[in-house]
Amino acid sequence: MAMAVEPRKPPPQFLFKLRRALGGKAGWGGLALQVLFVAALAWISYEIVSNARGNLETQRIASGFGFMSHTAGFGVSQSLIPYSETDTYTRVFFVGLLNTLLVAAVGIFFATIIGFIVALGRLSPNWLVSRISGGYVELVRNQPLLFQILFWYLAVLSTLPNPRQSVSIFGSFFLNNRGLVVPRPVGHEGLIPFAIAVVVAIVGCLLLRSYSRHALFQNGRRIVIWPYVLGLLIGLPLIATLVFGVPVTFEMPVLKGFNFSGGSRVIPEFVALTLALSTYTAAFIAEVVRAGILSVHKGQMEAGASLGLSRGSTLRLIVVPQAMRVILPPLTNQYLNLTKNSSLAVGIGYPDLFSVFAGTTLSQTGQAIEIIAITMGVYLLISLVTSAIMSFYGWRIGRSMGA
Amino acid sequence: MKRVLAVTFALAAGLSLQSAVAQDAAKGKTTLETVKARGMLSCGVSQGLPGFSAPDDKGNWTGIDVDVCRAIAATIFNDPTKVKFVPLSAKDRFIALQSGEIDVLSRNTTWTLSRDTSLGANFTGVTYYDGQGFLVKKSLKVNSALELNSASVCVQTGTTTEQNLADYFKSNKMKYEVIAFSSADETVKAYESGRCDVFTSDVSQLYAERLKLANPADHVVLPEVISKEPLGPMVRHGDDQWFDLVKWTLFAMMDAEEFGITQKNVEEMAKTADKPELKRVLGTDGNFGEQLGVTKDWVVRIVKAVGNYGESFDRNVGAGSKLGIARGLNKLWNKGGIQYAPPIR
Repeated sequence: MAMAVEPRKPPPQFLFKLRRALGGKAGWGGLALQVLFVAALAWISYEIVSNARGNLETQRIASGFGFMSHTAGFGVSQSLIPYSETDTYTRVFFVGLLNTLLVAAVGIFFATIIGFIVALGRLSPNWLVSRISGGYVELVRNQPLLFQILFWYLAVLSTLPNPRQSVSIFGSFFLNNRGLVVPRPVGHEGLIPFAIAVVVAIVGCLLLRSYSRHALFQNGRRIVIWPYVLGLLIGLPLIATLVFGVPVTFEMPVLKGFNFSGGSRVIPEFVALTLALSTYTAAFIAEVVRAGILSVHKGQMEAGASLGLSRGSTLRLIVVPQAMRVILPPLTNQYLNLTKNSSLAVGIGYPDLFSVFAGTTLSQTGQAIEIIAITMGVYLLISLVTSAIMSFYGWRIGRSMGA
Repeated sequence: MKRVLAVTFALAAGLSLQSAVAQDAAKGKTTLETVKARGMLSCGVSQGLPGFSAPDDKGNWTGIDVDVCRAIAATIFNDPTKVKFVPLSAKDRFIALQSGEIDVLSRNTTWTLSRDTSLGANFTGVTYYDGQGFLVKKSLKVNSALELNSASVCVQTGTTTEQNLADYFKSNKMKYEVIAFSSADETVKAYESGRCDVFTSDVSQLYAERLKLANPADHVVLPEVISKEPLGPMVRHGDDQWFDLVKWTLFAMMDAEEFGITQKNVEEMAKTADKPELKRVLGTDGNFGEQLGVTKDWVVRIVKAVGNYGESFDRNVGAGSKLGIARGLNKLWNKGGIQYAPPIR
């Protein structure tokens, strides 16, 4: 574009830009402070490491990570991967880590469900339901968590009979103070075709659903799909079974000596810990969800009602999706709390990371610094991954709402 | 846990967080000088194991492990009450010693090679020869540990017990389930609630914990002893004078028993002793106490404070106590046991 007047040359901005880039809004002074701060941090870290090394050496305390490949030589009551006493401390670490992740995942799942139910209950127009929900929140969140874990553990244990007097359900499930013993599925050749058939059926149903929705929204045509869905879900796996044989048989638990042999077992430590963690965290989640829902303008609720939607539908389709933006950050906090609180497992003998690694392994090898450092790193990593997932979810919600 | 973290940081962190050990080492102070300057011996004990180290209803610590601490304090201060007892769980005990929080660990700790070498600490002797056993309910009608196939076993974490258990069941081709708790009390509570069929620990500890059960007579200690558990005091590496003093305090208690020196007759004997070896022990001849860094009459001080080894044993775990454990291996070498102290000369 041509201009009538030649524009004035801008003043040289290079230095100004550099100052902005390095020092931020604070200018050169900010830069100097940052450099000093980083230098101080580096010096402190160096001092910590070198001093620790010096202390360990003068006291001749073993150091380094060589112990990770030594034989552990102790048993663990629950492991998701094969483990025996002859495995290494590295294996113990993974056994503990998986046990921690299991209890965290199951705990988060139940805490979220209970939390949402209690929150909706507390906002319910029904006087009794809202008072009971309120009472639950106040009772549970005001008791120490360790106390609740011990309560569930000892309460569950003391009411259950010993293995010889197990409560039997259909002769194949057994409940006693060693846990819940269930038949263990054993896979056969038919398992893989069966699994493929199930996956194909599910994918088919999802495709059908999206096709019918498309037809409904675009053309106003209503297609009834449930008979096809049923046919797919039952038919395909049935055909696979008939062609390739039975996919799984069940190994029945049998009382042998002191305990049941065969079958799988859910240990009471796991049940007590999950129960305590999920009910405790649910009380906090309930308050978070309630605050989120209340943050949505009440006009939204009234608008839903004037459209003729039921209270449930209004909440599900209009209010909760808007509330999620407010709910998500504090909800992430609660998930992280639950995961970290799972380290209280040590009080009831559940073999989580903290108990078998920062507990038993530490005291057997005596290498406190290495083990505590690894454990801290792992909890940090779990927390960061959890927040990353939640942030991604939050970003998607924000995007879908056009924010 | 707090302790583990705190002490780990104390070990790790330099600057103002520098650990007590490092500070004293930097000033060139020996443990004995540090203890004298503090006016108090800091001694790591259990969180309450009757017979070994447990506070009574008035808050006084008693037990055979406690007597070792009191004896050390007696040699330094001539006052067995100048001890600060620090209760430690099995998994915290070594860290407390490494970091300098305690001067000596006297907490029913099994002497093993790896503990002697990799923890930066040394065992000074054996206070009590123990072995691992099993406690079961009488109603199970089990007579031998070999009948324990498929049993659930409660154990305290951070002990040699946990590994011995694995070895024993493996070598006898038996299956088991282990549930490990962080403190002895939690372990016993789980055993009592029926979570486990068996509680395993050092035999002496089984007798002690059985006393705490609602109905001790319903439980029985099985005859098998599956391991060697020599329990003794530990000190940090790098201070041989302190190592010698702790080591010889225990030896002195045994030598005193061998010579028939008791809490009652020790003062009388110190005046009238005429046999040369007795004079050496009681400090009227030679300067053996001074060689250790304390006074000549160190043995007299020890025996006046806690009695000889046999008296301490009887009072705390033996016939004169609630535990009523037989001396067995812990008799002196000349009475059929294996407790043997080198001569004071």
